[in-house]
Amino acid sequence: MKPDDKASAGSDLSSQEVEQTSQETKISGPSYLTVTNTLTSWMFTLDHKRIGLMYLVGVLSMFLLGGVFALLVRTELFSPIPLITPLFAGDDAGAQADLYNQWFTTHGAIMVFLVIIPGVPAALGNFVLPLLLGAKDVAFPRLNLGSFYLWMCGAAFFVYVLFSGGVDTGWTFYTPYSTSSPTAVIPAVVGVFILGFSSIFTGLNFIVTIHKMRPKGMTWFNMPLFLWATYSTAVIQVLATPVLGITLLLLILERTLGIGIFDPQNGGDPVLYQHFFWFYSHPAVYIMIIPAMGVISEIIAVHSHKRIFGYRYIAYSSVAIAIFSFIVWGHHMFTSGQSTMMNIIFSGITFSVGIPSAIKVFNWIATMYKGSINLNTSMLYGISFIFLFTIGGLTGLFLGVLSIDTHLHDTYFVVAHFHYVMMGSALIAFVGGLHHWWPKMTGRMFNEFWGRIACTLVFIGFNLTFIPQFVMGSLGMPRRYYSYEDKFQIYHQLSTIGSYVMAVGFFLTAFYLIQSLVSGKKAPMNPWGGNSLEWHTPSPPPLENFHGVPSATDPYELDQFDYDPVTGNYSSQSSKGLA
Amino acid sequence: MSGDAHQEKPEEAAGEHGDGHGHGHSPHLAHHFDSLQQQFEAGKLGMWLFLATEVLLFGGLFCFYAVYKANHPELFEWGHQFLDKRWGATNTMVLLFSSLTMALAVREAQLGRKNRILFFLSITFICGLGFMGIKYIEYSKKFHEGLFPGKSFSYATVTTAETERDLLELNVVAQKTDISRPLAEVVLIEPKAKGQVKTPAIAPGGRAINQDEIDVEIEKQSGHPEGDGLYIPPAELPKSARPPNAHVFFSIYFCLTGLHGIHVLIGMAVMVWLMVLVVKGRIGPEFFTPVDLGGLYWHLVDLIWIYLFPLLYLVE
Repeated sequence: MKPDDKASAGSDLSSQEVEQTSQETKISGPSYLTVTNTLTSWMFTLDHKRIGLMYLVGVLSMFLLGGVFALLVRTELFSPIPLITPLFAGDDAGAQADLYNQWFTTHGAIMVFLVIIPGVPAALGNFVLPLLLGAKDVAFPRLNLGSFYLWMCGAAFFVYVLFSGGVDTGWTFYTPYSTSSPTAVIPAVVGVFILGFSSIFTGLNFIVTIHKMRPKGMTWFNMPLFLWATYSTAVIQVLATPVLGITLLLLILERTLGIGIFDPQNGGDPVLYQHFFWFYSHPAVYIMIIPAMGVISEIIAVHSHKRIFGYRYIAYSSVAIAIFSFIVWGHHMFTSGQSTMMNIIFSGITFSVGIPSAIKVFNWIATMYKGSINLNTSMLYGISFIFLFTIGGLTGLFLGVLSIDTHLHDTYFVVAHFHYVMMGSALIAFVGGLHHWWPKMTGRMFNEFWGRIACTLVFIGFNLTFIPQFVMGSLGMPRRYYSYEDKFQIYHQLSTIGSYVMAVGFFLTAFYLIQSLVSGKKAPMNPWGGNSLEWHTPSPPPLENFHGVPSATDPYELDQFDYDPVTGNYSSQSSKGLA
Repeated sequence: MSGDAHQEKPEEAAGEHGDGHGHGHSPHLAHHFDSLQQQFEAGKLGMWLFLATEVLLFGGLFCFYAVYKANHPELFEWGHQFLDKRWGATNTMVLLFSSLTMALAVREAQLGRKNRILFFLSITFICGLGFMGIKYIEYSKKFHEGLFPGKSFSYATVTTAETERDLLELNVVAQKTDISRPLAEVVLIEPKAKGQVKTPAIAPGGRAINQDEIDVEIEKQSGHPEGDGLYIPPAELPKSARPPNAHVFFSIYFCLTGLHGIHVLIGMAVMVWLMVLVVKGRIGPEFFTPVDLGGLYWHLVDLIWIYLFPLLYLVE
């Protein structure tokens, strides 16, 4: 190479880059989005990217539906006297209360089973996981498509439940009420059962893919942290979900045949149901949060342009959380009449979950320290996550204290706590990840300005919604009531206003994301400066994911890139030197 | 841990069939795998994970069993008497034998001997059929006796039959004796043991009557021979008193054996599918993964029964 070339490389860089990218598109040929475009080519596709996109559309539609019910609940609570339930249920107070019960149950069940649990692993994970591995697909593509249709089937059951009068047991289906409630408990339970199998098969697929399909040179400790997170999640999905499955089957049998396991009338034990249910549903909380943490590990490192701090600790902490998740379920039953000894043990183990969680938070902050932070939309969601997860996690420790839990159990404090974890953390990370990988998925850039505005609205709205709930919860406002004492009204009103602000933020997000599909700028190969394998293939990727066989990179060698303002692409300094 | 990617889980790549794969462009190789070896290992790991989920699915039911066994042992003492140990033991033998034939089928698949694979698979299938047949006999007896799980548990009909018989007995006694005398004075002489000569005793102021006479008369009047569906001979009646919520034992019995039975049926469907594959010539020494995985599944189903048999039938 002549020295002249190197000198000119700096000045003519932009024009060269443009040529380079136009060449790239020529070589790449059709992407996975354009290769075939019939309806059946989508319906029967075995391509993980298309399946991931279909999941994404499904999950986002369900998020809209669940969100509508959240807004209904919040609107009703704006005033202690019945506000909007009379519009649907007439003047009968009992009917109004029943309707309210159906609303919050529907909101909870949809958000948990149809949105947050499949959100990061099934929608984002399906798209990204094989790309991160440099693989052509997941290990069992047919099973993958099968999981998607199981998910659709479960969603169909929920839609059926909506039209057949709803369900009013709360998303936990606690016995004995769920064995006697006149609402459509069985269809809802069957829906959850089917969704469980969808989740199991996704997890199984991911474990095998990560074990058997890593490219040459990628060791366990060379994997992007998102893979560690999805792996830990998949282990929980595979080991915990079958227990939920059998629990729900037994619940159906109890309701139809009265087999006498959960209903005291037939000789059953309702607390046994709680044990069974939380043996799955507590790990399920980590099915929601661990992949979200994986997304955040990627976002924070890439947008800080700095090597992730404490790689091994983050990786191990994912595994540690997965293990702890199986032995803390009893903390949901401190007031259900467990023995004191059990309570003490579960309380102690619950505290220990704080350790790996805190390790992650400290590592993310240390990663940002002295990084070259790009405060774009994804990074704003990442930082929001750290803030909200810290609050959600720490208030979880309050609830783990036996004496305090007796006071706070079943109050709005609990509601606020788990919304900080499930929504403020898991869902915010999902939306952040969606922005992070949006250019790769769709090949389009979204509008950064509106992205930041929307993220700010969501962040402010979220805190406005749930901080008042902490306050009124600790003052004694119980959850799941459609009416309340006047002294709580100010908190409820603040909370309702916050939820509207959040809704505006999400609708804005939907608007600019859809707009980007129509008229967004074409996305370059590497818009953020990431070095994991998905940034080494065109946006959107071709059907086979990569041209040629990729070899493992160091996913966190992030300070080697130069930004080109014309194409919006980050390219590595070494490859430019060669050019 | 940080070894080569393909060295993880060495136990999955069981040595005996580790070789013989690895040549590309086989018709059996899916596009997203690099080699048949990788594909085989992925399939096998996937199957083991699936079996783990199955164990946990049954785990919930075993918990159900354990909790009630610990808190209400009387349910098990009473209920297990209705289970027939001979049928249970026979079924255990049937399934154990089918596991042997399944293992032989896998071996033959590795060697690629088509007819022998078909032979052993069909024996396995027939064993499955036999198992389900025996379960059918057992279930029908339970249903006949009203030993249902849950609300429809109607063992009470037997009690009704008992009272029905008592009524008949009183009638017969009244007919055979002096009706004008109060019934309380009639003395029933019950044979002390089989073969004992029944000597009529003279009741104070009445006529002595032999139990056998009553039995014969009841049969004549009611047209109910002994062993009729409604009437269970005393020898087969449970030895201990029926505990409250006795139906829970049968809930446990039917949940466990029912879910297991469904798995046997699925296993039989898998056998049929495997036989179709063999007939179509898809199975050979180069590619026997389906038979291998089907075998793993069948062994698990067998193993679960090995636990169910003593837990349910051999409670004493």
